[in-house]
Amino acid sequence: MAAHDDTGRPDTAAPAIELKGISKAFGPVQANKDISIRVMPGTIHGIIGENGAGKSTLMSILYGFYKADAGEIWVHGARREIPDSQAAIAAGIGMVFQHFKLVENFTVLENVVLGAEEGARLTPSLSKARKLLKQLSEEYELHVDPDALIQDLGVGMQQRVEILKALYRQADILILDEPTGVLTPAEADHLFRILEGLKREGKTIILITHKLREIMEITDTVSVMRLGEMTATVKTPETSPEQLAELMVGRKVLLRVDKAPARPGETVLQVDNLKVTDSKGVERLRGVSLNVRKGEILGIAGVAGNGQSELLEVLGGMREGRGSVQLNGQELDLSGTKSDARTRRRRGIAHVPEDRQREGLIMDFQAWENVGFGYHDDPAYCRGMFMDNAALRKDTERKIEKFDVRPANADLAAKSFSGGNQQKLVIARELERNPDLLLVGQPTRGVDIGAIEFIHQQIVALRDEGKAVLLVSVELDEIMALSDRIAVMFDGSIMGERLPSETSERELGLLMAGISDTSREHSIKEVEENLAHSGGKVMT
Amino acid sequence: MDFLTIIQIGDSTIRLATPLLLACLAGLFSERSGIIDIGLEGKMLISAFFSAAVAALTGSVWLGLLAGVAAAVIFSLIHGLASITFRGDQLISGVALNFLASGMSVLIAQDIFAQGGRTPSLSGDARFASLDLPFAEALSGVPILGPIYSDMLSGHTILVYVALLAVPATWYVLFRTRFGLRLRAVGENPGAVDTAGVSVKRLRYGAVLICGLLSGLGGAYLSTGLAAGFTQEMTAGRGYIALAALIFAKWRPWQALGACLLFGFLQAVSNRFNSIDLILFEIPNAFVLALPYILTVVILAGFVGRAVPPRAGGTPYVKER
Amino acid sequence: MTKMPRWADIALIPLINLALALLVAGIVLLFIGQNPVEALQIMVRGAVGSTYGWGYTLFYATNFIFTGLAVAVAFHAKLFNIGGEGQAQLGSLGVALVCLAVPWPHWLLALPAAIVGGAVFGAAWAFIPAYLQAKRGSHIVITTIMFNFIASSLLVYLLVSTLKAPGMAPESARFPEGAWLPSARELFASIGIEFSRAPLNVSFLVALLACWLVWLLLWRTRLGYEIRALGHSEPAARYAGISPPRIVIIAMLISGALAGLMAVNAVMGEQERLLQDNVLGAGFVGIAVALMGRSHPVGVLLAAILFGALYQGGAELEFETSVPRQMIIVIQALVILFTGALDNMVREPVTGLFLRYGKRKPAPGTPAE
Repeated sequence: MAAHDDTGRPDTAAPAIELKGISKAFGPVQANKDISIRVMPGTIHGIIGENGAGKSTLMSILYGFYKADAGEIWVHGARREIPDSQAAIAAGIGMVFQHFKLVENFTVLENVVLGAEEGARLTPSLSKARKLLKQLSEEYELHVDPDALIQDLGVGMQQRVEILKALYRQADILILDEPTGVLTPAEADHLFRILEGLKREGKTIILITHKLREIMEITDTVSVMRLGEMTATVKTPETSPEQLAELMVGRKVLLRVDKAPARPGETVLQVDNLKVTDSKGVERLRGVSLNVRKGEILGIAGVAGNGQSELLEVLGGMREGRGSVQLNGQELDLSGTKSDARTRRRRGIAHVPEDRQREGLIMDFQAWENVGFGYHDDPAYCRGMFMDNAALRKDTERKIEKFDVRPANADLAAKSFSGGNQQKLVIARELERNPDLLLVGQPTRGVDIGAIEFIHQQIVALRDEGKAVLLVSVELDEIMALSDRIAVMFDGSIMGERLPSETSERELGLLMAGISDTSREHSIKEVEENLAHSGGKVMT
Repeated sequence: MDFLTIIQIGDSTIRLATPLLLACLAGLFSERSGIIDIGLEGKMLISAFFSAAVAALTGSVWLGLLAGVAAAVIFSLIHGLASITFRGDQLISGVALNFLASGMSVLIAQDIFAQGGRTPSLSGDARFASLDLPFAEALSGVPILGPIYSDMLSGHTILVYVALLAVPATWYVLFRTRFGLRLRAVGENPGAVDTAGVSVKRLRYGAVLICGLLSGLGGAYLSTGLAAGFTQEMTAGRGYIALAALIFAKWRPWQALGACLLFGFLQAVSNRFNSIDLILFEIPNAFVLALPYILTVVILAGFVGRAVPPRAGGTPYVKER
Repeated sequence: MTKMPRWADIALIPLINLALALLVAGIVLLFIGQNPVEALQIMVRGAVGSTYGWGYTLFYATNFIFTGLAVAVAFHAKLFNIGGEGQAQLGSLGVALVCLAVPWPHWLLALPAAIVGGAVFGAAWAFIPAYLQAKRGSHIVITTIMFNFIASSLLVYLLVSTLKAPGMAPESARFPEGAWLPSARELFASIGIEFSRAPLNVSFLVALLACWLVWLLLWRTRLGYEIRALGHSEPAARYAGISPPRIVIIAMLISGALAGLMAVNAVMGEQERLLQDNVLGAGFVGIAVALMGRSHPVGVLLAAILFGALYQGGAELEFETSVPRQMIIVIQALVILFTGALDNMVREPVTGLFLRYGKRKPAPGTPAE
């Protein structure tokens, strides 16, 4: 790949973007501290950092979404005030957000034109845009049907619409915020080819990501952010993933989890031909079969939106399904009143949900109220129809100590804890129930490094106690590190099962793209076609 | 039922549908932009009062109309302030404005006119006169179509025709203009509009202003066209019926016309007959009056086609990362 | 991120909102040529200056406690029950049917029966919108508005047909004497205290009891925990095994029942017959009361007494000056506007002040992304 060559432009040319001393605070949280950065024209500049490092805030300031408390923005050598997105667009900046900003029931064409119409009447704008769109999509290999409704498009396609939107507005600086989070490795490769093409045309690209691999693969320069500060900017060829990781985290990180080989026992969870249809009538699970045994972790890999969430939700009792699920040899109800989460818990299933802020916790409840959440009808926490608040509080204090939740204050509202400590509260609550089966979704999303290690250790420890664990994660690294077996999901089906020792990221990547025959070479086109039909949706 | 009765009911259907239609289109603009407005009732009421009051004081219905519309627009701006600028609860703001209109209208009426919360009866130039459509006289002799044209369609006040013309105009604005595209977008996904470099606030304020204008026309028609002066609570739930019609029409202009005509027809029928004798049983008047509400509940229940409101409706826009 | 002391949230901000509402109301009074200070004096004197005033103030407050609690309970489940008016209308029908059905020998027997009647009818009227919201996703605000109108049509119909007593007026027959509730005057007289003739009656005690029960429900029972959890997050509720449709329906049934109980005070305690409009907007006042009282039973109690005083004071104002009763509606509108819809107008600057001058505890860092 020709990513590493120097663009040949002298560093003395005016930077496409220069930020000087940008600071931004949200209440007591300092998201950006005195950040300065120079992005040279015609380059791909990576910004890497952990979740919460302040990357997105910085770019949102550049795009006029937030106003910086202090600092200056220079574009192509001229100082610019960017109070709103309008000003950013006028300065030639385009942005592809992590969560796409598209109107779902509009066509591609309408979305592209929105905000960049030619005149007060719509028809001439639309026909003009149609021509330009055709031109752009040929020029940059961004083929999309202009008359398709956004809600009918897959995630990869929707992302193309976002890029087209920026190009239509004649952006010459393109910011992409975590663009590969919802893409398969193959789709990501295609995106990178598009970005290479844009770079050849002289566009400047800023790529925000927390994935080291992407940075190494495609960027010319990389800036590292940590805890709201810019810790370094280096030329990509002159650095290594290890060095970047250290800069991101501030200390050497262990990318592997220490764990003994699994000693699986009898089957705890047996799923056969499980199907789920969502409220719109779309089949989200198309006959999933799998099993998890005592003392093992089954990892479910896959691009977000391919049915993993639905699988967890059905097993956790949050939605209804059809088929057969057995726990310890006994059939579970998949519909009706006995299919709810309460019944599942009584049967010995604990569940660390994918989205702790939306599902796992009530953010406005105090920590002690949250520790009873889901188990609020447990006799230990109740006296008849009344809650035993004192017992609950006492139990919370014990859990806070055991799981090192900080600050150690049971009366604090859940929203006052950091992401990692919120997750510890959830983990403490679920793991302490001593379940037969633990369901875990995205256990370390938005969690700081220190807590990640701790959480991984807890999950492995539960496995070593002989419990069954079903792990869902979109982070392939996490799946590879924790799982004893890996099942890959694509479009509501299990594409295949592999042992971590006998597979590779490439093979898993193909499975994630829906190609089960991983022995032969596949063209990217084939991968894409599969994905375009999968209708995978962005997680929100 | 004879032909004359049908013509008369048709005529009064159009009259009674007019305020509903204006309010319904007002609500359409607001809700399409993502601002739910249960304050249509209040805006109509305050406009009905100010138009009648100013018309009574100046003798000019046009000045009255201006005052009524201005009052409704001010109410709209308060609603905008609460729900757009201060991101408050749109439903609560609507409820508050309904009360404000109900209290203020009587309070000021009593202060100015001291006639028990009403304005004096309007006559002459202080009321809207009826307009004859071209050739109404000449065509009245034609059988069937003649009376329909000259007695049912012709002879209404100008605001009736304004309301009817507002339907295609609304359709055009909504689906054929830049403003309409942005308006529909902001009601579905304000984030998309914001990142496309268009001000969400300005768009929504624009929609809310149009809403004020149209509901103001509706209120003015009530007190200076349909009736001859303002009386306490004279809107009598029409703002809510308009809201019901809007749901019935699934937020679309032509369907809104249909729904308002239907609800206007129900009112016309219940005004004309004390009860409806259907040979086997009698439908009480109260039931006919309650029918718009019952029909709306049935529609909302989704038994007859589901009504899906604009997605961003009711939620204030907060920039999110 | 609110970094404000609790007292500021539950007391300071509502009081500033109230002050703003009263300020604007004062300007309105000035505008119509009244002296606001004088008007306030008349209102205060009229509302709390005599046992007569108190008798009316607390009578109105009793209505508002019931409707305010109704709105508050629904708020906790994140439901906006704007149908208190209709539910109270149906409650009045229930109370009236109970009172008319049996020749009650003593009020102590009639009262529990009427409570059941009012609650059941109110709850039943809330059930349909609740069911439609829970099972079919029909917006409860719109359906409850529609049900207010349907309820009033229903009552109009019944009072000109089935329930109509002989005579011109559309009203029911008078309740039997055994169903008349003792007034405050009679109760106080029995312990030797003189109290003016006013409609305040024993239902006030029922309202106080309801406040305590609602508090117990919301903060001490499992059901209350589930209602509040659902109100904060529906996906979380489902995760915890709380059935959203079930809780929506139960919360609305409780809400409707509370609204229906208002009839015990208004219909059984005062009118002693069923009239066409016996709720007189109290269902809507409940919204203001719940907002003012931050949906807490103690707050609702205090706000209800405030509004009771406002209603009684407003009546006195109309009596002594030329200011019509509608002044109360204006004040009520302003209170709803400032405490409910324009809350952020006050909250944001006040939060800013606390951030700047308040003793800052180092807040645990929340992730910035």
